[in-house]
This record gives sequence, structure tokens and C-alpha cells, in this order.
Amino acid sequence: MSTPDAQGTQPLIRARDLVLNFGQTQALRGISLDVYPGEVLAVMGPSGSGKSTLLHTLAGVLVPDSGTVRIGTRVLGELDQATRDDLRLRECGFVFQSGQLLPDLGALDNVTIPLLLAGVRRREAIDRGRAELDRLGVGQYGARYPAELSGGQAQRVAIARALVTRPRVLFADEPTGALDSLSAETTMVALTDLARADGTAVVLVTHDARTAAYADREIIVRDGRISAGIGVPLVDENPADAGTTAGFSAHPGFSR
Amino acid sequence: MDNAQTLLGLLEAAPSHGYDLKGEYDRYFGGQKPLAFGQVYATLARLIRDGLILEAQGGESSGGPDRKSYSVTAAGRVRVREWMFTPDTPEPTLQSNLFAKTVIALLLDEDAASLLDAQRACHQARMRELTRAKRDADLATILTIDHALFHIEADLRWIELTGARLTELRAGVRGA
Ligand SMILES: Nc1ncnc2c1ncn2[C@@H]1O[C@H](COP(=O)(O)OP(=O)(O)OP(=O)(O)O)[C@@H](O)[C@H]1O
Ligand SMILES: [Mg+2]
Repeated sequence: MSTPDAQGTQPLIRARDLVLNFGQTQALRGISLDVYPGEVLAVMGPSGSGKSTLLHTLAGVLVPDSGTVRIGTRVLGELDQATRDDLRLRECGFVFQSGQLLPDLGALDNVTIPLLLAGVRRREAIDRGRAELDRLGVGQYGARYPAELSGGQAQRVAIARALVTRPRVLFADEPTGALDSLSAETTMVALTDLARADGTAVVLVTHDARTAAYADREIIVRDGRISAGIGVPLVDENPADAGTTAGFSAHPGFSR
Repeated sequence: MDNAQTLLGLLEAAPSHGYDLKGEYDRYFGGQKPLAFGQVYATLARLIRDGLILEAQGGESSGGPDRKSYSVTAAGRVRVREWMFTPDTPEPTLQSNLFAKTVIALLLDEDAASLLDAQRACHQARMRELTRAKRDADLATILTIDHALFHIEADLRWIELTGARLTELRAGVRGA
């Protein structure tokens, strides 16, 4: 899975041979992968296959029984707890399916929290929080409480909160899981556009094929392993000819 | 679906007479539309000409007049695997060929999960391409592409479900 990047760019996340057990359950059984700066990687696979466990291990929330995770130049296993927490606060953002906003705080206050925790002064935090809500098209909801937002609006506030610190990696676990098709689309467009603009790598766990289609690449996890699509030639993924609809209308069955 | 490759795969699973081969085919894939005898023999003739199967005299057929039985050559075995493990271009008529590949893989004790995964990857790659094509497109184009995306997604769900039921399907195919 460690495709060398054409430009010789170093991977932002480099995971090697990750093994993690919960008692008798072998949640990860030797996973290796690289994620490059600005790359959106979709992680798919059946329920219980280890996707969330993988995400938490890459983020340093869970510590693997064996194997290593490197973020940038730092190997998570070689850091003490405090340093690891600090790294996570400054360099990682998180988006979950729902319910991640603090219910007693307004949208803007939710977005400023990670900045305040990172030591940014209150005035600046508020300015940056506002700008981030604007960037996600939910600037008008800054004063609303999470309960007063629709699922799609709340999700965009959550993305604003995850991106406001300009993390190097965004971890998203089923970010569209609670949304209808259209809100899922607008959420994914916002998430991937902004992450790409910022050069943020995204690890996107999802069951949903349409959500995964916003990624640059996907892996499938089965039984705690990456299931390689074996050594068969896959369709050409040259983005140069993907930007047009020519390839699309070449399948007459689909063009109505 | 690709009848020639499917018949070839069935012959690899068990050499047989044309009459029995048609019966096997209809049992798995006939559904509403059983294969015509004429088509079976025309296909067999083509497979012989291409060196993919051999014809032998004699043996017992469970019915029908034919005295010839057919078995797969080494080249035929290679062809079956090429067909089986090469993903098809996503399109609405895909399902039957993919189902045929899956059943033949199970009959031959090949890795059916891998071929489904390869197809899955191919479908997902197509969805990524189409999703990229939606960027900056006008609404009419976006809606047309969405239609395609939903179709490919339906295929994908079928692939996933079939993958999750391979053990069951294997038992059915073997026990049948
Ligand atoms: N905290 C835990 N304690 C014990 N077992 C756990 C724990 N977390 C996960 N597991 C087990 O580890 C395996 C992988 O779980 P994980 O949550 O990573 O799956 P998943 O792929 O994210 O599934 P889903 O798609 O349903 O979210 C499962 O068998 C699960 O039951
Ligand atoms: Mg999960």
C-alpha cells in the first residue's frame, strides 16, 4: 500500500504492521499504509472489520500492541502521553458521524475551543472561528446551539471545528452517516475542497460508496487486514481524462 | 454475460457432453432464458477451433444423442482465469457476467472473494472519476452523472452482499 509518490513527497502518515487486540478480538492484524499530504484516503469495509480501530490507532488515541505510526517525522510510540496529546491537538482534526459538538455551547464557541486549548488568544480565536464557519457556509449560525442546527449544518460546524487549527491530518469516521444524499454531498464537497486547499491529509472511514468517491484512493479493511484488490489491472485512474464526461458517455447504458 | 467463457469454465469444472453441459448452464444461469442447443454447439465448435477445448469420442451422456465429450486444454484453463480475474467495465448489464464468474470460481475452487474485490475496486475507481467530473459541471451534467453513480452503487451493493454470502453460495454450488 505504500505507493511512492511521483514527486518524491514523503508520506505524512506512515503506519507499519499495526496489530491491536481487544482481549480475544484481533481488531488489527498487521496493517501498513501511507497517507500523503493533501491526499484523501477512504477506508471502507464491513462492519466490525477494524476501520474505527485503525483510525484511532493512526491518531494515537489507541496504542497498538505492535507496529508503528509515524506522523510527519515523529513516531507516536516514542512519545510520552502528554506530547502525544499535544501533537493530536495541534496536528489532527476529528469529525464523527454526529453528536460531537458540545451541546451547551453555541456553534462559534464550539469552533473556538480547539484554538483556545492550543493557546490562541480569545480575540484571535473568535476571528478565526468566524472565518472558518464562513468558509463552510454556516457563518450565520454562529450563535445557535447544536440542537438548533440541522444534521448537515451541525456536521459543517463540526468540520469547521476540526479544520480551524489547520491540522496536518483530518480523521473522519462516517462523517455523512447521519445525512441525506444532498447534505452528504455538500458536506463532502466542503470537506474535501478545504482539506485539499490546506494540504491537509484526510483519513475518511465510510460505508458509503458515494462518500468514498470523494477520496483520491481507497483501501478495504476486512478482518483487521487491508484487502488488496489482488494483482489485476484496475481501470485507468488518470485524473487528466476524468475531468471530462467523455469517459462517462462512453458507457451508453448510463447516458439517458 | 459471456456465454463462451462460462461454458468453458463449466467444462473445466467437469468435462461433459454437450447435452449435459447445456443442463449445467441452465441450472446455474438459465433463469428465464435457457441456452439453445444450437448456441451450445456453435460455441463448442469455436472453442475447439481456438484450441481451448478438446473433443473425445464416447463416454456416457445422461441423455441426448451426442457421442462426443469435451474437456478443457491448458490454454483453456488460462483463458478461464483471465476472464475470471479481469474486472468488467461498470455498466448495467454487468451483474450476470459477474455472477457467472463467481459461480465458476466457486466450482473451480478459485478465490471468488478476490475477483469480487477486484470488481469492487474497479467500480469504486469509476465512481471517483465520475465524482471528479461533477466538479464545476452544470446542473444537468451533475444530475446525469448522479444517475450513473446510483447505478454503479447498486452494483457495488450487490457485489458486497454476494461477497458476504460466498460461503452460503459455495455450499449451494457444491451441494447442487
Ligand atoms: N473498546 C473495545 N473493546 C472491545 N472490543 C472492541 C472495542 N472496540 C472495537 N472492538 C472490536 O474490534 C473489532 C473492530 O471494531 P471497529 O469498531 O474497529 O469496527 P468498524 O470497522 O469501525 O465497524 P463499524 O463499521 O460497525 O463501525 C470489532 O470486533 C469490535 O467488536
Ligand atoms: Mg466504526
